[in-house]
Amino acid sequence: MRIAITLVAGLALSGGAAVAAEEGGHEGAEHGVEWQHWKAGNEVNNLASLQRGAANFVNYCMGCHSLKYMRYQRMADDLHISTEQLQANLIPTGAKPTDYMLSSFPAADAEVWFGRAPPDLSLVARARGTDWVYRFLKGFYVDKSRPSGTNNLALEGAAMPAVLSDLEGVKAAVFSAGPAGPEGKSVEHFETVAAGRLKPEEFDGFVRDTVNFLDYAGDPSQVRRRSIGLWVVLFLLVFTAFAWLLKKEYWKDVH
Amino acid sequence: MAGNNDALPVRTGFLGWLNKRLPVDQFMRDQLTGYYAPKNFNFWYFFGVLSLVALVLQLVTGIFLTMHYKVGETTAFDSVQYIMREVPYGDLIRYMHSTGASAFFIVVYLHMFRAFLYGSYKGPRELLWLFGMAVYLALMAEAFMGYVLPWGNMSYWGAGVIVNIFGTIPVIGPGLVDWIRGDYGIADATLNRFFSLHVVAVPLVLLLLVALHLVALRQNGSNNPDGIEIKEKKGPDGIPLDGIPFHPYYTLKDLVGVGVFLMLFAVVMFFVPTFGGLFLEAANFEPANPVSTPDEIAPVWYFTPYYAILRAVPNQRLGALLMALSLIFFFLLPWLDRSPVKSWRYRPVRWRVALAIFVVSFIGLGYLGMQKPEGVYVALARIFTALYFAFFVLMPFYTRGESTSRVPERVTMHHD
Repeated sequence: MRIAITLVAGLALSGGAAVAAEEGGHEGAEHGVEWQHWKAGNEVNNLASLQRGAANFVNYCMGCHSLKYMRYQRMADDLHISTEQLQANLIPTGAKPTDYMLSSFPAADAEVWFGRAPPDLSLVARARGTDWVYRFLKGFYVDKSRPSGTNNLALEGAAMPAVLSDLEGVKAAVFSAGPAGPEGKSVEHFETVAAGRLKPEEFDGFVRDTVNFLDYAGDPSQVRRRSIGLWVVLFLLVFTAFAWLLKKEYWKDVH
Repeated sequence: MAGNNDALPVRTGFLGWLNKRLPVDQFMRDQLTGYYAPKNFNFWYFFGVLSLVALVLQLVTGIFLTMHYKVGETTAFDSVQYIMREVPYGDLIRYMHSTGASAFFIVVYLHMFRAFLYGSYKGPRELLWLFGMAVYLALMAEAFMGYVLPWGNMSYWGAGVIVNIFGTIPVIGPGLVDWIRGDYGIADATLNRFFSLHVVAVPLVLLLLVALHLVALRQNGSNNPDGIEIKEKKGPDGIPLDGIPFHPYYTLKDLVGVGVFLMLFAVVMFFVPTFGGLFLEAANFEPANPVSTPDEIAPVWYFTPYYAILRAVPNQRLGALLMALSLIFFFLLPWLDRSPVKSWRYRPVRWRVALAIFVVSFIGLGYLGMQKPEGVYVALARIFTALYFAFFVLMPFYTRGESTSRVPERVTMHHD
């Protein structure tokens, strides 16, 4: 039975642990920067990371992007954020804890300024995957041909400007010769154009926390669901064991 | 019914009153305690009862989903997220239903494979097989329409692809497609009628067909891994010598099977409900969008063998025809297989090889149906399609005059 519990627990955790082990860094090896293989490696049961991610989202993303299925209060309850902290730091003036987390950026203006309205991010981690979100947030590079002055490795021609450049700094990408592969352009290395406020590893942590929060927001019940699941599987193990003993007893006389 | 003519218990009081008006005791005796099933059922015989469990699971979870789901092109997607986030334990109900759909097909496919192994479709159980195949078809319709309801982008585009298959029918095709959709594209009208069919019409048909399937099963009793009729060898009491009462023997054995099934089900549903995109596709977490086609439109895994057949030929009409034929051949199985022996245990290597080729082709097509149709995959899909049809078309020839080994008089208890 212990093996089965370990198996079940392992299934739940292996996803996060396995990718965390092979984190992608910025430093390119001989094959250049393998940004296509960068992994988010986030742990959605890490509360501290989720709380930082929530703050990151509210401060840096929600100016333009909504989480239209997410209520402030649900987030506070799930992430163990007190009502005072919520009111003081995360809720915009005038909004109630039971409100959905909506951006106040008018979609019509956004279309004029950026060419399209910023998408709702409630399900982005589910639709695109957490690794993709991570690559996107770290994939901005200088591209003078774009109206925003930057382009993105994970989303060619992204309308979104590099809003985190204040933290990350600005980088230029030196591409390998030859055509882009099916997974996108291959990058030889990055060159720092301007340094940001955060050290590279600090910025990496910032992005991982934000991705972690979006993973949570994509399926807010996932942590609770897994903890219930463990008990359900345990119960079924015991139930099936007794059912099997009963069956064995009744089948004694069948040869 | 089978054998047991034991007198019914004498009842007084409420049970006496009840049995005078409703044949409760008689039903229990005829269908459970006095219904004799072969004693040599093996692993493969769990999948009938598991199909029933899956059906009940889908009906019950479906009822609760319907309480919160809001049909309509502007409300459907949001209401699914409402279920996932704001309905208490709504995420569990929804994942039970979505995992249940795939689980249903898994157990049904294994149930059908059992029939291939032991010749359960052969006389006198041809009608039983036909009812079962009708259940399978109804299940496909049910699953397809259910997949459209969340109104994600894959729902939308997948529905377009599947409905357009009907457009390949000569003369009536284009009109038929409009009639199915209720509009000139997949639209609100389509979603509404699929909802109606998914929650009312098809479940009723399914229940009726399952009832007929069970009645036909009880008429001749179950086949068994040796493929012999236990009713032909009865004791002086009229009870089949190789039979044991369904209750308590098989009710208890099935309980163990149900426990194991639910355990595996719970592991998937609680820990990996999307099953790496096989049970719930990533593209379906984006709302339906008529101007944004998903990178690749692929049906859910249980349809992919047929989807691969559809794509295997360059001509769409021919592909659709082959797809229809690939299903029709299942119905003809009892008459294509000419062997006098039911179970593969006593059939020659030739049959076993043919069956193995068929299984490999079916699974191979299922895999290819999920891949982009390019390069070597196209050639492989054609080879598997050819083998798939060869299995059925050539069956009357390679099964006629089979050199079978001697079938035992009585059932054996060995395992395979």
